[in-house]
Amino acid sequence: MIKLNVNGRVHEVDAPADTPLLWVLREWVGLTGSKYGCGVAVCGSCSVHMDGDVARSCGIMLGDVGEAKIVTIEGLSADGLSHPVQKAWLAHEVPQCGYCQSGQIMAAAALLKGTPKPTDAEIDAAMTNICRCGTYQRVRAAIHTAAKSGAA
Amino acid sequence: MNEISDLGRRGFLGTVAAVAGAFSLGWKVPEAHALAAGAANSPSVAAGGVEVGIWAVVHSDDRVVVRIARSEMGQGTLTGLAQLVADEMDADWSKVEAEYIAPEVNLASKRAWGDMSTGGSRGIRASVEYVRKGGAAAKAMLIQAAAAQWGVPVGECASSEGVVTHRPSGRTLRYGQVAAAAAKLAVPADVTVKQPSEWKIVGKGVKRLDTVEKLSGKLVYAIDLQLPEMLNASIAQCPVFGGKIGSFDAAKVMGMPGVRHVLRVDDSTIAVVADKWWQAQSALKALPIVWDEGANANVSSASIARHLESGLDAKEAFVGLKQGDAEAGLKGAAKVVEAVYGTPFLNHATMEPMTCTAKWDGTTIEVWVSSQNGDASLAAAAEAAGVKLEQVKVNKHHLGGGFGRRGNQDYVRQAVLIAKQVPGRPVKMIWSREEDMQHGFYRPITMAKMKAGLDANGNLVALHARLSGQSILAHLFPQRLAGGADPVQFQGWNKEEFGYQAIPHLLIDHAMRNTHVPVGFWRGVNHNQNSVYLECFLDEVALAAGKDPLDFRLGLMGQMPKLRAVLQAAADKAEYRKALPAGVFRGICANYGFGSYTAAVAEVSVSKAGEVKIHRIVAATDCGYAVNPDQIAAQVEGSFVYGLSALFTSENTVEKGRIVEGNFDTYEVMKLDQMPVVETVIVPSGGFWGGVGEPTIAVAAPAVMNAIFAATGKRIRTLPLKHHDLSHA
Repeated sequence: MIKLNVNGRVHEVDAPADTPLLWVLREWVGLTGSKYGCGVAVCGSCSVHMDGDVARSCGIMLGDVGEAKIVTIEGLSADGLSHPVQKAWLAHEVPQCGYCQSGQIMAAAALLKGTPKPTDAEIDAAMTNICRCGTYQRVRAAIHTAAKSGAA
Repeated sequence: MNEISDLGRRGFLGTVAAVAGAFSLGWKVPEAHALAAGAANSPSVAAGGVEVGIWAVVHSDDRVVVRIARSEMGQGTLTGLAQLVADEMDADWSKVEAEYIAPEVNLASKRAWGDMSTGGSRGIRASVEYVRKGGAAAKAMLIQAAAAQWGVPVGECASSEGVVTHRPSGRTLRYGQVAAAAAKLAVPADVTVKQPSEWKIVGKGVKRLDTVEKLSGKLVYAIDLQLPEMLNASIAQCPVFGGKIGSFDAAKVMGMPGVRHVLRVDDSTIAVVADKWWQAQSALKALPIVWDEGANANVSSASIARHLESGLDAKEAFVGLKQGDAEAGLKGAAKVVEAVYGTPFLNHATMEPMTCTAKWDGTTIEVWVSSQNGDASLAAAAEAAGVKLEQVKVNKHHLGGGFGRRGNQDYVRQAVLIAKQVPGRPVKMIWSREEDMQHGFYRPITMAKMKAGLDANGNLVALHARLSGQSILAHLFPQRLAGGADPVQFQGWNKEEFGYQAIPHLLIDHAMRNTHVPVGFWRGVNHNQNSVYLECFLDEVALAAGKDPLDFRLGLMGQMPKLRAVLQAAADKAEYRKALPAGVFRGICANYGFGSYTAAVAEVSVSKAGEVKIHRIVAATDCGYAVNPDQIAAQVEGSFVYGLSALFTSENTVEKGRIVEGNFDTYEVMKLDQMPVVETVIVPSGGFWGGVGEPTIAVAAPAVMNAIFAATGKRIRTLPLKHHDLSHA
């Protein structure tokens, strides 16, 4: 059994230490908001927060998480809507298919925490998640909106 | 392996087409048992709502749930269809929701809800007649019920925003108050839909109905499904298309954690079934497999290129469009311009890999799937399970991307074949990204040899476009070939769509050169490649004629005034006649496809070292009627990401008979930092319903390519751009 702190709750997980955190979250903890897109930490659909920093959970092994506090999209806000990034996403109608958006939102929330008023260049550097529907223009606009509302 | 499911779908699609034909003849009054069947499997009815007609369920708290037969994959069709029904109903949009009609309910109701196929940008334009009439019928029933309750003539009543008003007395009843009575009335056969001037919800950029659950992680995509007793499967297919399983050593992995079964799914597919998917995937990676790769193991991109090159000057070719005598026109021309273009295979690369859950209980097969065609999923499941259509239940999930990939039912078939071997328990099959990347239905590889003849005054008098390459229909639907020819190959270039019919001598033909690589409908389909060939080549011809690319095109578009107008609209918005800052250059193009007119202007600079920067995109669309302008803009923006990914970086290559690229590290797609600002100009001229999800992709790449030429003097004729050195003096 390995202890895992997810969204403020400690879970006892019966999975091998070399299981990717993404699959532990999805299949052992039962939180499916973090998505599988590539499995090689390229697309960012699996993005979560690890002690406040954005992390690609498909590339992190359970045994390496230790005491770190994990926050998934399910834990970003109590009602799933009230985080400033989620509000801005709704205002700009960002999602199309929506599959990558958990990861996009987690990446944006982490960006704004460290950089409350990001420039376009800072958004470019931080937001490397893949969206095949092509919502990037609205992702950028929504991040600026969230920044104005004081996301951090 | 695809062949079997394709045969199933072929037979089935015949039925669907026949029904679609019936719809085109006029509004069919749904039969009484359709209502009962719809009520039997509807979350909204289960929750206490009542069916008013077949397209809307009304709750006593006034919520209106609109039935959706097409699939939502991000393109916004669900919201657009709900707008159309709700507007005709005079519903209160703030109380409108949507739910899918289950495919087996549609089947049992003689397809009262029409075609479920969601592709070809038809989701709205092919449904618009009957869903609007469905909304209008519901409104008539609600008014009639209110009038009956009051004991007044229907003619004295009016409806607005979910309320019926008796005009003389000012009395009102909310829809929720009269729904139960309305539901008992006969559905009127003869209803009139609104004039565009009467629309209140259609034409507005209302919010999508499916956004909130996409922000919280709560939306259950097919890959997220969790059922009691569920097992998980990962599969491996022979990496060489057409190859088969040689042998595999199941004993080597049966002791691994969670592993339950190692199965032969079909001749070319192996599955590991385990308690959890990660366990199945880990065991699959460890499973010793010997493939019998077969005759295709020697095919490479180089051999495919030679195969296609043989078509460029081949004598035999299918004619797509012909007027005058192109050969004579070219011979008599004062100047001839010639160029060869080419584009590679491309995977759809939906963010959610192919996934399907299936459960076999001995008599019924139930599947949970994100599919672009619920009818076809049902047929594929029946075929694979060896049962009648009536023994299938299909649960539709929103798609984590479709782009044409999920019209194919290969993954449904596999899930059913696995479930049949594990009776009594649902099995969720998820493809790894690598499996998804290497077993797609790729955008077909083609080349084009373009020849143009100019007269002494620089007028374009003859054009010959020779396509060589792979046919989608030959692979997926050979029965739809017309005398061997594939009409889909000529998208944008047929009599109905070709924008430059003022060219007196014209020949467009296709030397079919098929490969062993499976091909399919990739968002925008053949318009994309054909538009690259034509719109870039026209720039070459304009240059040779000494004419401005915009003027040159406008001069040839006389027979298609709406295409001309949309190109002009893009040019106007981009202030085409105004000079750009030093170092920034324009490219333009236009296309007509999926029933809509599109045009784009790109403003681009290229550094001396060859780095491309897109400063601005102006994209114009005339889709006739604009149901939801904000969602049209979203589709236009996204189309540039899809189209420019194909321009800059994406390609699938073939070595030793298999696809080389295995993941997003090698199949590169556009990210946020590369996306240009896209300004969408919607110029809905009315009078028709055009598609939206696909038509813009065709103008994305050529506009940028033409601007790159203007900036560098380098004419790129093969994609992707990453292989080209754009440095310039």
